[in-house]
Amino acid sequence: MTQTFSSTGHDSFVGTPRNRVDGPAKVTGLAKYAGEFTAADLAHGYVVSSAIARGRISAIDTAAAEAVPGVIKVLTHENRSRTAWLDYNYQDAVAPPGSPFRALYDDKIAFSGQPVALVVAEDFETARHAATLVKVAYEAEEPKTSADAVRAFAYDPPKKRAGIKPPPKPWGDADAAYDAAPIKLQNEYRLAVEHHNPMEPHASTVVYEGDGKYTVYDKVQGVSNSHNYLAAVFGLKKDDVRVLNPYLGGGFGSGLRPQYQLFLAMLAARDLERSVRVVLTRDQMWSFTYRPDAIQTVSLGSGEDGQLQALRHDAIGVTSHYEDYQEVVVNWSGVLYKCDNVALTYKIAQLDTASPGDMRAPGAVTGVFAIETAMDELAHEAGLDPIALRLRNFSEADATSEDKPFGSKALKACFTQGAERFGWAKRTPAPRSMREGHELVGWGMATGVWESMMQQSSAHAILSADGKLEVGNSTGDIGTGTYTILTQIAADTLGLPMEDVTTKLGDTRLPEAPVAGGSWTAASSGTAVMKACRNVGEQVFKLARAMEGSPLANVDFDRVSFANGRIAVAGDDSRSVALVDVLKAAGVETVEATESAGPDKDFASQYEAYTHSAVFVEVRVDEELGQIRLTRVVSAVAAGKILNPKTARSQILGGVVMGIGSALHEESMMDHRLGRFMNHNLGEYHVPANADIYDIDVIFVDEEDKANPLGVKGLGEIGIVGTAAAVANAVFHATGKRIRHLPITIDKVLG
Amino acid sequence: MNRFDYVRAGTVAEAVQAFAGAPGAQFIAGGTNLVDLMKYDVTRPGRLIDITRLPLGDIAEHDGGLRVGALVTNANLAYDARVRSRYPLLADAILAGASGQLRNAATTGGNLNQRTRCYYFYDTATPCNKREPGSGCAAIGGVTRIHAIFGASESCIATHPSDMCVALAALEAVVQVTGPEGDRSIAFADFHRLPGDDPAKDNTLKPGEIVLSVDLPAADLSKNYTYLKLRDRLSYAFALVSVAAALELDGDTVKIARLALGGVAHKPWRNRQAEALLVGKPATRETFQAAADFVVAEARPQSENAFKVELARRAIVRGLSQAAAGTPQSLTDKRIQ
Amino acid sequence: MHALRAVFAPTCSPFREKPFLLERLMLIESGSPVAADTRVGISLTINGQHRELQVAPWTTLLDLLRETLDLTGTKKGCDHGQCGACTVLVDGVRVNSCLALAVMKDGAEVTTVEGLAGLSNGGAGSNGLHPMQAAFVEHDAFQCGYCTPGQLCSSVGMMNEGHAHSRDEIREAMSGNICRCGAYTNIVDAIEDVMAQDGAAQDLGAAR
Repeated sequence: MTQTFSSTGHDSFVGTPRNRVDGPAKVTGLAKYAGEFTAADLAHGYVVSSAIARGRISAIDTAAAEAVPGVIKVLTHENRSRTAWLDYNYQDAVAPPGSPFRALYDDKIAFSGQPVALVVAEDFETARHAATLVKVAYEAEEPKTSADAVRAFAYDPPKKRAGIKPPPKPWGDADAAYDAAPIKLQNEYRLAVEHHNPMEPHASTVVYEGDGKYTVYDKVQGVSNSHNYLAAVFGLKKDDVRVLNPYLGGGFGSGLRPQYQLFLAMLAARDLERSVRVVLTRDQMWSFTYRPDAIQTVSLGSGEDGQLQALRHDAIGVTSHYEDYQEVVVNWSGVLYKCDNVALTYKIAQLDTASPGDMRAPGAVTGVFAIETAMDELAHEAGLDPIALRLRNFSEADATSEDKPFGSKALKACFTQGAERFGWAKRTPAPRSMREGHELVGWGMATGVWESMMQQSSAHAILSADGKLEVGNSTGDIGTGTYTILTQIAADTLGLPMEDVTTKLGDTRLPEAPVAGGSWTAASSGTAVMKACRNVGEQVFKLARAMEGSPLANVDFDRVSFANGRIAVAGDDSRSVALVDVLKAAGVETVEATESAGPDKDFASQYEAYTHSAVFVEVRVDEELGQIRLTRVVSAVAAGKILNPKTARSQILGGVVMGIGSALHEESMMDHRLGRFMNHNLGEYHVPANADIYDIDVIFVDEEDKANPLGVKGLGEIGIVGTAAAVANAVFHATGKRIRHLPITIDKVLG
Repeated sequence: MNRFDYVRAGTVAEAVQAFAGAPGAQFIAGGTNLVDLMKYDVTRPGRLIDITRLPLGDIAEHDGGLRVGALVTNANLAYDARVRSRYPLLADAILAGASGQLRNAATTGGNLNQRTRCYYFYDTATPCNKREPGSGCAAIGGVTRIHAIFGASESCIATHPSDMCVALAALEAVVQVTGPEGDRSIAFADFHRLPGDDPAKDNTLKPGEIVLSVDLPAADLSKNYTYLKLRDRLSYAFALVSVAAALELDGDTVKIARLALGGVAHKPWRNRQAEALLVGKPATRETFQAAADFVVAEARPQSENAFKVELARRAIVRGLSQAAAGTPQSLTDKRIQ
Repeated sequence: MHALRAVFAPTCSPFREKPFLLERLMLIESGSPVAADTRVGISLTINGQHRELQVAPWTTLLDLLRETLDLTGTKKGCDHGQCGACTVLVDGVRVNSCLALAVMKDGAEVTTVEGLAGLSNGGAGSNGLHPMQAAFVEHDAFQCGYCTPGQLCSSVGMMNEGHAHSRDEIREAMSGNICRCGAYTNIVDAIEDVMAQDGAAQDLGAAR
């Protein structure tokens, strides 16, 4: 690990492996999630879901449900109370352009599983039972839910989604260069629709505090987003609503936007003037956001030496009829590889489904699977080692962004160290050349890439006279370790033991921070916390210097360091004073500061920032039966400074496992006649089980980056990107069979 | 879940009596499938008869074989020392299914009575002849990757999901039942049925009949056997295709052959003619291939599951090879022997 | 599309409703039906504490724990026995509490994650944790924490069963607990660690 320094001096905690500070709460069951908060007057809402995918409700009869003792009310589009009129009120912080879905708004059905009623009852069982008695009659229209069926209607979205870079203008002449290239490859790549399926189903508990005031516990990746949404949609004063979510049982993007259970819980709570909880069932987790399918064509033209001469990456993504969901699918090809003739296009087509949404490394999982599989095909055609091919076409600048240099790009070190750890040199290049018994052994690799981003974020720090420090903001810890790294940063900045620091998150009473997503939380909230602590430190320093006979007299702030609960003159521990003594002497109870941090505009104007990885995979494929065992993974990651190697490693492990799911298991199977995902449960939608996961080795290569004072680049997504391509490439190496349509299941291996 | 009466039966007679005259009554033991179905509103019992306190939880010597009480849990059955040594095929099949938690709750009788995992059966928004007789089968022409390739009908293409029952079919177990009309024995092959035009009935139990035990016959098939299961992940998933194979060999010659398939039909799929093809032949790959070809010759796949035919063919060959070699498939080392 | 016509028809239950009156309470008598409008008196020992409870027959053990007793440590991930988040120990045996009707567990001893520390030999460690809980923290065997109580109860139950010893065996035996964060390798590390401690303790015991 590189020796790292925070702006205040030596790091004691940052950069070292630390147990999660929220670990004890999570292993004892004391950590409470959104659907677990309660109130004396709590009522339970159960959602009735649409049986059809397109059409309208012709009649809805709630009498039988309402007759069940214990049922309080059945809300439908016919009796719901008014909410905001205009679309923009419903547009949350990460909404794509369009008219966001409004639950129970009218009789129109836009997707299968759409909520058509909410049964509110005194207890959960009564609500669930009564929900089966709601009679809904539909006028159904034929749905269109297959990307292939609508590809002819694909369009360039007229309004671009904020934060999503559209494809760059083409450069050179990709088509002519392709035609002239000695080696040509053109193939279509697909991945299955995937659903996030965090272990905690989406849930909202709205506690009615009386007097038009509400405390809301919402499963969301950033409470501020739900807070603003509720205020706008229900016309509430922001002060009258407090949204909390101290723990989130996984999100992976499904909790970026406030989902319909929040709207329904608040609607019912407002109507009934009592507390209401709505928890979605597991099958209802297929009734909103998902990772969309995309029809991707990659065309590579190269010289005999593997040097790229032409690169085309064309993608048709899908969206709903009511929003233009967009993600970055094709740009990655231009970021990763240097080529003089490049065309990248991205269009979307509308389906009768709910809007897709961001799912862990949205767009990158999709696009990088395609380009990294195609590059493996090119390596095979050109007779080059896959790493050698990537080095031959290595990009030193971001061609998709006016050739700006990368702030840092230690990808070559990822190749070297990953290959070394994996034993890549022992690979025999020919497909089907390695076997053990009935099993063909395959080794494959791929590159991963993700943007390194930072968002405007604020945080506070409060030092108390007893020497305890509290820091926090409204972002969420979605399992990433945010509580822990912020505690480390705060403890180091003020030289306190971690035990004396409490980090609070997920509460709109705390300074505002963005949703936790995009791998930006460590950089954004971390920097804000550091600045707030620094500010507190400076205030304490001033108080210290003013103490009678102060050991810090005549010393400037930039010459002191914070350690062991004391401020000392840097390099002279004999001249120091304890923080608690300073506050005591000054007679103050607390020293507080709130600071915000945002992207460094100077840096952004000069550099592009990405995280990178090299993923190496070993598969063992039963030749006769097609069963795949994925026995080894090495993921070598370049992501700037690693704040906590323990939680950081877990982040990568999780990304790799989800990438394995994407490669081998996950597939939401749509019956296109019904427009309905049929395997809507965890028994039939397969995510990796423990038995599927063998050894995963994570390497963090040294990388110095200056995009933010902490030097961090984010880790939430990079573990998944490229993993599926590495698996597909390993399967090719094992079997000689190129599978371009995920997941790689037995039928495809045999087919 | 709908509203239901609850009866806790203290004796078998009480259980049978509680069924009489109670519309929609159902017996419940482990609950691992019934409670699941009730939550989806697929099953709406008018009365639940809790039989967990009946004295049916023992495994006892019986007629040279073993008598397994209907309430013996899957875990207790699979880990019973007598079962492990004398019926390892059964133990392995059980352990290839579900999860540790589910096997601790699920019972022998319940396993026999478990219902299909057909997506459409489970989804009340779609028609299903098994769930609502006469409503139609939405699965045909739909998402059919997991459906039957043998013995399906125009009314139903569902499969039986059990692993344990595949082994019991191969072992030719006998099911002892009792009911309003008294006791009777049902040969395992006759217990489950094909859907025909009445797919609502999974098996041949009559209304009010309750499984008392499953009797394992004395035959020694403990040396050359295997349970080979192929699925979409390496554990905790239902079979795409599974093979229970047991052989008795005389030198290299097959004396007795038992072969049952799971995941491919409305019941554990046995083909006695294919078994007959094996008997008297050398235990070679060629012999096994001939039997496998014979079995799959009558396969009729759906739109999306033609792969199961080839998978079944190959799995039969491999399963028989494992059995002949005395190298049964490991449950934990996922490499296929 | 003939077969699909029923899709568009109203979906409703033919079952006739009986009025559900909470006031009625009955104790169970073998062979006598408890009518659907009645609550049933049962007793359970939960985390060592004896409790007399009144439950509707359709209440699952999971909902009883979470909704009635506010023991929300036990999680609802799928409610259908497909994820393992609801795993608890009933009479020392790991089961999915979502599929167990509370009324059927009358008389049982239930241990949830909240009571796990009380189970360990000689009580909890100095940190107040069961060794498995401590090992999960040490090995970072979770991220979001939602599957964790189920993983913990399952791993303790698995050790009670005594069939899993190698890494392969642990992986298979723990496959009934889905972790979407992908902490599996760390979970297996944590369990191996506790098994090694346990083995060492047993060796020590044998040597005495």
